[in-house]
Amino acid sequence: MRILVCVKQVPDPNTVVYQIDPGTKRLVRDGVTNVLDPGAEVALEAALQLAERDGESTVTVVAMGPEDAEDAIRRALAMGAHDGALITDDALAGSDALGTAKALAAAIGQIGFDIIFCATESTDGYSGMVPGMVAELLGIPHLSFIRSLEVRDGVLTGQRVIALGYQTVQCPLPLLVAIASGSHEARYPALKGIMAAKRKKVEEYTLADLDLDPDDAGEAGARERVLELLPVEERQAGVIVEDNGDGAARIAELLRQRGVL
Amino acid sequence: MLDFYAVDSLLGPEQRAIRATVREFVDAEIVPNVRGWWDRHEFPGAIKERYGALGLFGANLPEEYGCAGVDDIAYGLINYELERGDSGLRSFASVQGALVMYPIYAYGSEEQRRRYLPELAAGRLIGCFGLTESEGGSDPGAMRTRARRDGDGWVLNGAKMWITNSPIADLAVVWAKDDEGIVRGFVVPTDTPGFGAPTIESKMSLRASCTGEIVLQDCRVGPEALLPRSGGLKSPLGCLTQARYGIAWGALGALEAVYTCARDYAATRTTFGKPIAGRQLVQDKLVRMLTDHSLGLLMAHQLGTLKGAGRMTFAQVSMAKRNNVRVALNGARAAREILGGNGITTEYPVIRHMLNLETVDTYEGTHDIHTLIVGREITGLGALE
Repeated sequence: MRILVCVKQVPDPNTVVYQIDPGTKRLVRDGVTNVLDPGAEVALEAALQLAERDGESTVTVVAMGPEDAEDAIRRALAMGAHDGALITDDALAGSDALGTAKALAAAIGQIGFDIIFCATESTDGYSGMVPGMVAELLGIPHLSFIRSLEVRDGVLTGQRVIALGYQTVQCPLPLLVAIASGSHEARYPALKGIMAAKRKKVEEYTLADLDLDPDDAGEAGARERVLELLPVEERQAGVIVEDNGDGAARIAELLRQRGVL
Repeated sequence: MLDFYAVDSLLGPEQRAIRATVREFVDAEIVPNVRGWWDRHEFPGAIKERYGALGLFGANLPEEYGCAGVDDIAYGLINYELERGDSGLRSFASVQGALVMYPIYAYGSEEQRRRYLPELAAGRLIGCFGLTESEGGSDPGAMRTRARRDGDGWVLNGAKMWITNSPIADLAVVWAKDDEGIVRGFVVPTDTPGFGAPTIESKMSLRASCTGEIVLQDCRVGPEALLPRSGGLKSPLGCLTQARYGIAWGALGALEAVYTCARDYAATRTTFGKPIAGRQLVQDKLVRMLTDHSLGLLMAHQLGTLKGAGRMTFAQVSMAKRNNVRVALNGARAAREILGGNGITTEYPVIRHMLNLETVDTYEGTHDIHTLIVGREITGLGALE
């Protein structure tokens, strides 16, 4: 099987306090430590485990980002992916979810695939829209919130996280799965993997390579506009009810006022 | 990584990636658990498979023997990060890599390399190194352990002391004098009749590491046990040079741990109305620790550069081991002082590192011995003889 994994480089959520540039209304990515998105690591882990069980599959990681996003790809290669593809072009800066999905889908279409793995959402943007858009652009089914999966005779059987438990779903390949966060424990890149990663191939794609116009992606092609940024409302102080014999009745009244009772 | 002088900017992408992976591993699997292991005087046996899977054993040896083949600076960074967790758990990897796998690689036959190195690299076999004897570790040439020729094999008799890993080891690299008085190395499976490895109990240092003796009583080994290219004291000392190199990096990891703890503690601990970090005497201690760390890290990095270029001398290794361990130990003592009463409980990592470093200051050549090695180098006059 040809397995593709969409990955992303994000500011390190463990060490970087995320800040928004008030002018561009974009996340500040310069001058901070960037890492392979921990959510993407979970999706990659699921893909690597499938490839290892199968024994004959290859895993290709695909990322869109600035040139230094290759560091994130190298980490994925060190974890065990076979090769990588980096979509990088100055004209891609400021892409919205649809622009990102168009670029990813175009590259994935050129590379070829049987199954695509994505994280459910990225750790920096949290839009969660890109996997569904990529699937739609490629005209393939999209299975969301997948926590475990098997592929037999060209058919994927997986467990999907739902509000009350798990749903077992089946779908023939080709398809896209979005892996539920926390469903797999990502491996550390072993030292041999790190040493081998520098010998693995990372193919670069520009917009022109993908037959995309600047109007399709980047700032120029973005249909989403961030209109306003507001700070999270500060939590209000709670109400302390002193019990003078009528405590229960007063608490009940408070709950009624908030529509709980 | 604590890095006041931006040594990180001297590192390549693989070196950074290797440091990151070991750092993540140490933060996730050693730091949260080591206090319990240390308090219970328990070596966490399951860690050998984890080290093996990550490729931490003998990481600087060639890939064709199942090792990672990393460069010397990356090897140093591995030791740094492991010892940031615990000196005993760094020692566990150092002994396996520098004192067991290295002599098999450097002095062993091709058959011995192929038989043992991949298994040791994967952590499926654990080794120990038997050089020191109870009569004194600083004078290994005075060893009493003998290897007597017996047919085509050898009979080993003697006793070794302070042997990291010996009670849990599958094989031991034992150093003994042959009938001509020449020091030779032997790879001895620990289930060989006549081989014993009693545990040394009640250590107050390296408590998460297993230490024992080696007792050899008419321990007969075949000709295949001899490391054919070993000969003379320079063979085991060559192993110690490898191990000392790793320690020069490792001790700085322990220094990072105690410095970071002391700085954070001082920032929140208030006396007389303000954090003690704002007091001159505390700042003096913190600045000394950070300066020592910065100087030590620059020295370790340059030592690694020289080693990679094949230009490192044993006197340079001695200076780096001597300096970096002693500044780490002094830093741990200063950190202990900053933490006050909290500095004596293992709830904080400081006293554990401090007690561990007492051993690190002594083993692999004591502080004083390294002083005399460097002293001989610069004066041409030996104070050891």
